[in-house]
This record gives sequence, structure tokens and C-alpha cells, in this order.
Amino acid sequence: MTKFNDDCDSDRRRMLKLAAASIAVPLLPVFIANAAPLTYTLTPQKIGDGVWMIAGVQEAITFENGGAIANITILDSKDGAIVVDTGPSRRYGEQLATLARDLTGKDIARVYITHFHPDHAFGNQGFDVAKVAAPDGVIKGLAAMGNSFSDAMYYIARDWMRGTEIVLPSKTVTEGVEEIGGRKLRLMPRAGHTASDLAILDETSGTLIAGDLAFLDRAPTTPHADLAVWQTTLKELGDIQCRLLIPGHGPADAGKRALTQTHDWLIAIQEIIERCFNEGQDMPEAMQAPLPKAFEGMALARYEFTRSVMHLYTKLEAAKLPSVGAREK
Amino acid sequence: MIKFAIRFTTAAALLTAMAAGAHAGPVSDPLNSPVWNDLAKKTFGDAEIVFDDRVKVIVPDVVENQAQVPVSADARALPNVERLVVLTDLNPIQHVLTLTPVAAKADAFVSFRLKVEQGTPVRAAALTSDGVWHVGGVFLEAAGGGCSSPAMARGDSDWTTTVGNAQGKLWRNADGTARLRLRVRHPMDTGLAKDNTPAFFIEKLDVKGAGGEPLATIELFEPVSEDPTLTLSVKPQATDASVSVDGRDNNGNIYRSVVPASWNQSALAAPRAATR
Repeated sequence: MTKFNDDCDSDRRRMLKLAAASIAVPLLPVFIANAAPLTYTLTPQKIGDGVWMIAGVQEAITFENGGAIANITILDSKDGAIVVDTGPSRRYGEQLATLARDLTGKDIARVYITHFHPDHAFGNQGFDVAKVAAPDGVIKGLAAMGNSFSDAMYYIARDWMRGTEIVLPSKTVTEGVEEIGGRKLRLMPRAGHTASDLAILDETSGTLIAGDLAFLDRAPTTPHADLAVWQTTLKELGDIQCRLLIPGHGPADAGKRALTQTHDWLIAIQEIIERCFNEGQDMPEAMQAPLPKAFEGMALARYEFTRSVMHLYTKLEAAKLPSVGAREK
Repeated sequence: MIKFAIRFTTAAALLTAMAAGAHAGPVSDPLNSPVWNDLAKKTFGDAEIVFDDRVKVIVPDVVENQAQVPVSADARALPNVERLVVLTDLNPIQHVLTLTPVAAKADAFVSFRLKVEQGTPVRAAALTSDGVWHVGGVFLEAAGGGCSSPAMARGDSDWTTTVGNAQGKLWRNADGTARLRLRVRHPMDTGLAKDNTPAFFIEKLDVKGAGGEPLATIELFEPVSEDPTLTLSVKPQATDASVSVDGRDNNGNIYRSVVPASWNQSALAAPRAATR
């Protein structure tokens, strides 16, 4: 997939300037009106003392939303801003860094990446890579899958992605408490949504940043999930005392709704998909299976269920269809 | 946006066709594909072709894996279907598979997974006994690259020991048909992958009753996904204890499977409830 690098970008701009200079003046405003602004609207919600959340839209990644679907957290500290996840593109990351500096009045002290999915980790270019940290599995996953994510992101979000390249975090996060500028952060590398997910408890404000281990009012995604491991992690997160939980997608949650809903959804889709498989249905039929009423108000329920059928079905087929034959020797 | 545009152009094409008097000439392609006329000529020659909503192609709204797109082609609403052909206009290899159901022994239905190199119309064409091809289809949105990516097996050093291993199961339906699901381990190399592996794919599967009577034949081509996973609707004898599937790849390897009909195994419990 072709990416516009800076040279090509500036060449294009030069060409456009030449073209603009050579055409009649009355056409010029049309030119400007047709150019997409490609600026994200980042609206920080203050949800605690020195804690802001930038809510992603409850949608799939589209050209219209530029991929800005994941929640981002900014924390203030005496040493500078702490940013959790960097968004879907270089443009997003750059705007986010500016916003974090404006909100805190300080430079960026640390960036954490919760997992390797592009809506969370493709804005790394906006930050000094020396400050970007993630668990080992996140770094490895991004290294292994970044390019194929990139193909898909450029295909869907197009111009929003201009100049976006994969930047691997340079610091490895391990289990433990890290204190940055007076803020105590309990770092919990876990798994389930992917092979490596980071949850962070800001002990200072009582905020649990769950990444995509928790979703709220938006169907959870499963392309790299291990459902059994995810359930174990959800249980553990449920035992943590916190004032507020920030899910990877959906509103901040002062109760246990995000964890409960994520748990219930995963149980439900696994049951439905296994039933369809056991009845002999193939994927196109299973994708049309009715969903429980409890999830009617959930954004993207059918969409994510369809995706989950594709993620889980091949595993079931490989594991559960009886052996019936072989190559003739 | 894109879907809207397609619908719009489809409507425009239909209106144009109607205004021009559709009865007089060939009907415009509802999917407005740039290659349809050539593809139709190549595939069907001078035979009569009609676009027919009774031939249904189901693909997901979102593609997760360009090398494994679930597709079902269903012409069960048409009587006397002699052949069901699946085509992808914009794939480098357009012909995906041909199902030949033996009359009254199998339905005109197949579900499988497809590689796509780019977004493309996916069509099913059903040949009825009067010599007419009934064509249905949908446009599949996809980023692509599925035909030029090496098979997963090529990264697996012991794939030769598992090639041809088959898994499958039969379900009995209320209407007397049996649903057959079969998965055969095979790289299904297209010959177009960046690793330069030559084309290597299962060409043919013959589905037979317990006594060897033919039920259906499927010819497969390169765009069928690695580890072909097929769902068919067949009608073996009520007393048949199994359905067998004999296959062959383009390197001459022979594959044999016998899928037991659990309801005719006296040692087993009563058959489970079937779906459709």
C-alpha cells in the first residue's frame, strides 16, 4: 500500500500551489472549499483532579471519523503530562501532544500504550519515542502486525493517515508501581483482549485505565482475543478498588457497568457462536443469529458480532470437527 | 458513502436500461462492473443470461481477513439447477468454483471461504435445465491482497505432514437433506504470491453416497481459501451410514474422506436436532 511520505507530500503541495497560481482567481475558493481540513476535534473531559479523558466516538473506524474511536487519557503530574494511548494517526498524535501540553502547562513526561491495536497506538509519532512505554508483548505485537494494520488504516481512513508510520515504544513496562511527578501509577500488564494488554491504576486519583480490556455501551472487539484469559482478567479488574474506570471505548464508569457488560457480551457471543457451529451452520448463517435483547442499545453490536464470528469460527472448526480423512499415501 | 454510490449507479444503470427498452438488448449489469461483459462472454459463451434475485450471494459487511472471506452461494429458490458457478470479477483469477449437483441428490448451495485481491463483485450463476444462466451477486468491499499473500502453511515447516487431513461432520435436516461440512488442510497456493510458490490447489472433490453413487462434484480454483472449508446440502439414501468425499489436487495427490451419518450408526445415540 502506498503511503505519502513527507517528500511526496511536499511535492504534492508544491504542485498544488503551481496549479493554484496558474488558474483563474475565481476558481480558487472552490479549491479551498473542497480540501478536507483533516483536523481532529479533541475535547478533553475533566474527570478528576488533573485527569482528562478524550472520548472516542462509538463507531467503527471510518474515513469520516478519521479513526478517532478510542478513549485517550491525560494525567497531570509535577514532572509533566502522562498520556495513555496515542490515537489512530500521526495527525492525531501531534494534536494530542499539543493538547496535553496545553492542559498541563508542561511537557510530556510519559506515554503508555495499552495494546497494539491501531486506534490506540498509531499516534506515537506525535511524541518523543524515548518517553513511550508499553509491555513487551505490546511492542512485539505492534512490530509483527503494524504493517498489516497500516494497510487497513490507509484503506479506510485514507488522508487522515498521511505520513503515519509505525513507531515502537522504547521503554518496556513491567508489573509494579511507578511514581511520576507525585502520581502513583500501578502498572498491570495483563492479557485477554490481545496477547498483551496494559491496565493502569492511578492510585493518586483512583482512576483505573482499562484500555480495551473493558468496553461500555459499545460492543467489544475480538480479533486477537483469548476469551478465557479475558474473563480471568476482567474478574481481577473487578476486585480493584477505584473511583472511576476508563474503558477503551465508551463513557467513564463510576460503577461496574463496563466490566459487567464486557463479561456478559463475551459469554453471550461465545454461546451463540458455539451453538451455531454445533448446529452445522456456516459463518454467513451464524452472522445472522439473533442477539440477546440486553444488547439492543449497544453500539456496533451486530457489526462486532459479525467480526467475532469470523474470529472464533475457524478456531472451532479446527478444534472440534471430527477427523474424517487424509491424503492417500 | 461507497455503498451509496454503488446503489446509485446501479439504479442509474437500471433506469438507463429501462429507458432504452430493456427487452431489446442485454440487461445492464446491476453491479456495474467494468469487466462483466468480457467475463460473461468467457464463462457462458452465447448462452442466455438473466440477472435473478433468486440467486443469492451472502458476504459479510466487513472483511476481517482478505484471505478468508466467508461466502455463501444459494440458488435453492430456483428449480432444476444443473450447475452453480461462483465468479469474482476483479480477482486476478475470476473463476472461484463450480458446483455440479446431481439431480435430486444435492442442492444448489455452497458455502466456503474466498481470497480477494481487491474489492470486487462476487457472483453466483446458476444454470437451469432450460439452458439459461441466472446470475445474482453482491459487491464485496475489501482492502485486498488475499491472492498475493503466501499461504499460512508456507510459514509452517511441517505442513506436508498434515496436507490432506480432513475434518467433517454430517447433520440430518428435517427435509431429508443432509448438511455436509468439510475442512481439508491444503495451502491452496494461487501461484501469485510474493514467495513465488507455484499454484498448488485442490481441483476437484467428488461427493458420494455410501454405495458410491454420485451426489455432487465441486471444482475448486485458486481463489478458494487455504484449508478449504465447505458446506453443502446433499441427499444420500436414508439408510446410508456415511458420505464419502474423494478429492484430487493439481499435483496429482489423492484425498479420501468418509464422513459418518451419526443417525445411521446403531452404536450411537439418537440423532441431534438438525438446522435446515
